[in-house]
Formats: sequence, structure tokens, C-alpha cells
Amino acid sequence: MAVVGATPETVRLRAEGSVARRQAWSRASRWILLGATLLGLVVLVILGIDNAIVGIPSLDWDFLSNYPSRFAERAGIRSSILGSVWVLVFTVIFAIPVAVGAAVWMEEFAPQNAILTTVRLNIANLAGVPSIIYGILGLAVFVRLMELGPSILAGALTLALMILPMTVITSVEAINQVAPSIREGSLALGATRWQTVWNHVLPGAMPGIMTGTILAIARAAGETAALIMIGAFTFIAFDPAISFAGLLDSFTTLPIQVYNWTIRPQPEFRANAAAGIIVLMVAVIGLNALALVVRDRLRRN
Amino acid sequence: MSIRVRATTPTDDQAREALRGKPVAEHRPSENVAKPEGELAFSVSDLSLWYSGKQALTKVGLDIARKQVTALIGPSGCGKSTLIRCLNRMNDLIPGVTIEGNVSYRNADIYGSDVDPVEVRRRIGMVFQKPNPFPKSIYDNVAFGAKVNGFRGNLDDLVESSLKRAALWDEVKDDLKKSGLALSGGQQQRLCIARALANNPDVILMDEPCSALDPIATLKIEDLMRELTTDYTIVVVTHNMQQAARVSDYTAFMLTDEEITGQLIEYAPTETMFTQPADQRTEDYISGRFG
Repeated sequence: MAVVGATPETVRLRAEGSVARRQAWSRASRWILLGATLLGLVVLVILGIDNAIVGIPSLDWDFLSNYPSRFAERAGIRSSILGSVWVLVFTVIFAIPVAVGAAVWMEEFAPQNAILTTVRLNIANLAGVPSIIYGILGLAVFVRLMELGPSILAGALTLALMILPMTVITSVEAINQVAPSIREGSLALGATRWQTVWNHVLPGAMPGIMTGTILAIARAAGETAALIMIGAFTFIAFDPAISFAGLLDSFTTLPIQVYNWTIRPQPEFRANAAAGIIVLMVAVIGLNALALVVRDRLRRN
Repeated sequence: MSIRVRATTPTDDQAREALRGKPVAEHRPSENVAKPEGELAFSVSDLSLWYSGKQALTKVGLDIARKQVTALIGPSGCGKSTLIRCLNRMNDLIPGVTIEGNVSYRNADIYGSDVDPVEVRRRIGMVFQKPNPFPKSIYDNVAFGAKVNGFRGNLDDLVESSLKRAALWDEVKDDLKKSGLALSGGQQQRLCIARALANNPDVILMDEPCSALDPIATLKIEDLMRELTTDYTIVVVTHNMQQAARVSDYTAFMLTDEEITGQLIEYAPTETMFTQPADQRTEDYISGRFG
């Protein structure tokens, strides 16, 4: 029996020995990890500032609204902005329904067997294929075999193929996030598989699908190699026609125009390239911000 | 697989010998299975089920009375949830399920080749263990089943009458546009019952409907079950024996032992089951000696 009121032995709670060593390592890791984050950030900020200093003087309304020119001060990005928008619109029209359809089939309808596992694995591999390979495929199939030429249609189809694996993967993940109990509840009420998908699975997966889509668009917007490969490396001094025939017009996009300017020797053209980069950066960051807003808005509902 | 302990430690050879000589467990269906009076909703015979080759039900046979509450009780893993999910073909949704035997619902074979599971589930509704309202408004939750089944009538009236039958109307009538997820657990479960009722089903299967609810919400659901038997057949899985005793007309006791998984031990009118169980294992379970 303990004596009532006896003073207990004083315990030392300071970190000593092993605890002290582990805590020191933990404190150090925090700074090392902060360094890793800053390294990426600082490089990006320096590049951005350096680019802004060169580019901002060239950035005015004339730059946005002029066609390209062999005189740097008159050259603008009108046709490349319109070309980018036009190609991206059709990329989305081609890629998204196919990607979401494939994802729904794989998650909701396909027999879950070894073949499907192989398909999944290969889609993940395709997402890692360099974009120039898609360019070669586009050149062989769309430009030559289907005789579309280096057109908006060929470019959109090529970019659609390129973003397809990535979009399928994000859609599959979004569909996976929908609780199985929701599917059960719907099926138990006598809804068919399709009614369950349409009324519950797709609405539930929509924030994720939208986020994936917008990020994929951002990637396609910055794509250069695949489009150069299919022959979109041309001097365009007209607006793309708003018609089906217009889809077969040749085109240029912002990243291609920027690339075009950077390989010229004159410093004036490099200033133009820097200004083009600012426009492209703002557009891509804007798209990413939009992805965040859309996701949060849809999640809240 | 169990090897009887011997006085001396058996060698591997001896153990193998013992196993080889052991007869394959022959399962004789229980004799303590009562036949309910009156019209039948379901007739289950020789029902066995395997999940990817792992047996979950062994030759279960029982008849379920129409417009009565039938409770399935038993310890975890006894197969009661598996059995109830066989009654509206929810097990079809799990890959790798094999089912043998017969389940007939009002003289129609539920697993017949010309039977569409969607038609089965439309008539035989289900309420799950965890309330699973859709992330939509209360109104849309109730109206969903009717909409997908091509209901042509006044949806507003249907929603109101279903919510009234589920004893939820007074609590939600002023905010039908509110999300179903904003309700309390007990209200959500009653919403799920209302949702099932809106389909005008014949049978409502309830898989441990109160296990995620507090005692007061549980009592409300139990009262509701009693009221609903005037029009509906109810089959309820519960791990709560008092609940089975309070709400059900018939009780089935299931058990998994060392040799046989998911067998029906005893099936009788609830009063008989709880006062004079025929099987020792039933008595042990309901008196709380295991499980």
C-alpha cells in the first residue's frame, strides 16, 4: 500500500538519448523538405521574371491581334491564338466522350478479369508515351492515310489521342470515388445499370472528371512536338474558317509560334517569343485555376 | 478442418492418415424448420452460395410468410446477410458468386433463366445497414425509384404518401428540397424506407437497418416495421435478439460452425423460438451464451 500523501519520484521528461536523436532528425527533415519545395518554386519564379522582363514590352493589343510577320515589331499571335482555341475545342469534343465512355465501361460494365487488368496497365503505360510518338502516329494515320493533311482536324485528332489515356485514368479514378452503397441503393430500387450510371455515378464522378479534363486541356494547349510532327509548322496569315471545310485548313498554335520565334537569330523575335510565353502561361494557369474552382463548386453541390 | 487431439503427438503421416479417413461432412438440413401458416412470399430450398469458391451458405431451406415480419438472426458470419441478399438478387452484383438451389417468390423462380433482376428488385425493395440516401434532395430521393420505373402519375402525391408511410413527412415536409444527406441517421434510414415504399414493392428486405442508429431512432424504425406489415412482407436481418423478439412473427436462426458455414439451425414462430427453442445451439445463442 502506498503511503497517502507521499511525494512521487520526479520523472525527467526531457528528450534524451534515442528520443533526442529522433527528434533532431525530425526537425532537420522539415527544413530539407522545405528546401525541396523552394528549389522548384524559386527556379520557376526566376524564369518567370526573366521572361517577363524580355516579353512585357512587346505585349500590347497589336501583338495579340496581328498576324505573324517577317518584321518582328508587326508580328502578332492572332492566328496562333485562334488556331489553339479551334484545335483545343475539337480535341475536347473528340477525346472526352471517348475517355469517359471507356472509363464507365471499365468500371461499371466490364467483367473484372485478367484481360481488363492488362488493358488498365497498358492505358497507364500509354499515358507515359512521349508526345512526339503521338505526332508520328498522327502524321501516318490522320495526315497521310486519311489524307486530312496538316489540318486542324488532324491536329485535334492527334492531341485527342495524346490526352486520351490521361483522361481515361482520371475518369476511372473519379468513378471509383463514388460510394458502392450509392450504386447498391439505386440498383435495389430496380434501376438498370445504365440508369444507375447516368443518375448517380456520373454526377458523383463529375468533379473529378472535370478536373482531369481541364488539366488534360492544359497539357494539350502547351503541346508543340506532336503538332510540329504532323506539319503544323507553317506561316498562317488568316483566321480559321468557322465551317466544316475550315477544319481542313492548316493552322498554327501558340506553342508552335513561340518555338518558331525562339529559333530566329534576331533579339526582337525573341522578345516576341517571351511575350507569347506570357500569354500561354496565363492561359494555362487560368485553366488550372478554373479546374480548381469547378471542382470545388461541384463538390459543394 | 480439425484434428482431434490425441494422447501422443501424431506424426505428419498419422495426421494425413486421419484426414484421409475422415468422412466428408455430410450436411443434413435441420429438422427444426417450421412451415409458416397462410400465404407464402418466398420459398427457399437447398440454397447454397459460394463467394469465389468460399462457401457462405449451405443448403438453406425455409418458407417466408406474406405480410409478416420474418427475422434472420445469428452471430457474425452466419450467412444471414448473404441469405437476404439472395432474395432480390443483390448477390449477382458481386463478381465470383456461385448460387445453387432454389428461391421462389410467389411461385416464380427468382433465379430462372427468363427472370430479369431489375424486375425482381423493383418488386422486392431493400434497405441497407448503413443509410445510403443519394446525394440529392429529399424529394428526388423518394421520386427516383418511381422515375426510373416509368411511373406515370402525380409524383408530388407519391412523395408525400411515401414519406407519410415512412413516418418522416412531418419532420421534412417544409424542406423537401434539402439534401437527403442533411438529415440525421435515423431520418436518413426512414428516407431510405420511404424511397423503397415509393416503388410500391411487395416485399421490403432490411439488412440490419438499425445497427447504425441510436435507440430512439431504432424504436421508430421498429414501430414502422410493425405498421408496414399490413401491406408488405418484411424480412429483416438483425444481430439484436431483442429486436427480433419485438418485431418479428417468425425467426430463423443461422450459424456457422467448424464444419458447415451458413446453415439454418432453427426456424419457428418467434414466440416459440424464444420460449421453447428446439435446438440446444439456439437456446445457447438466445440466452447469450455465445455470439
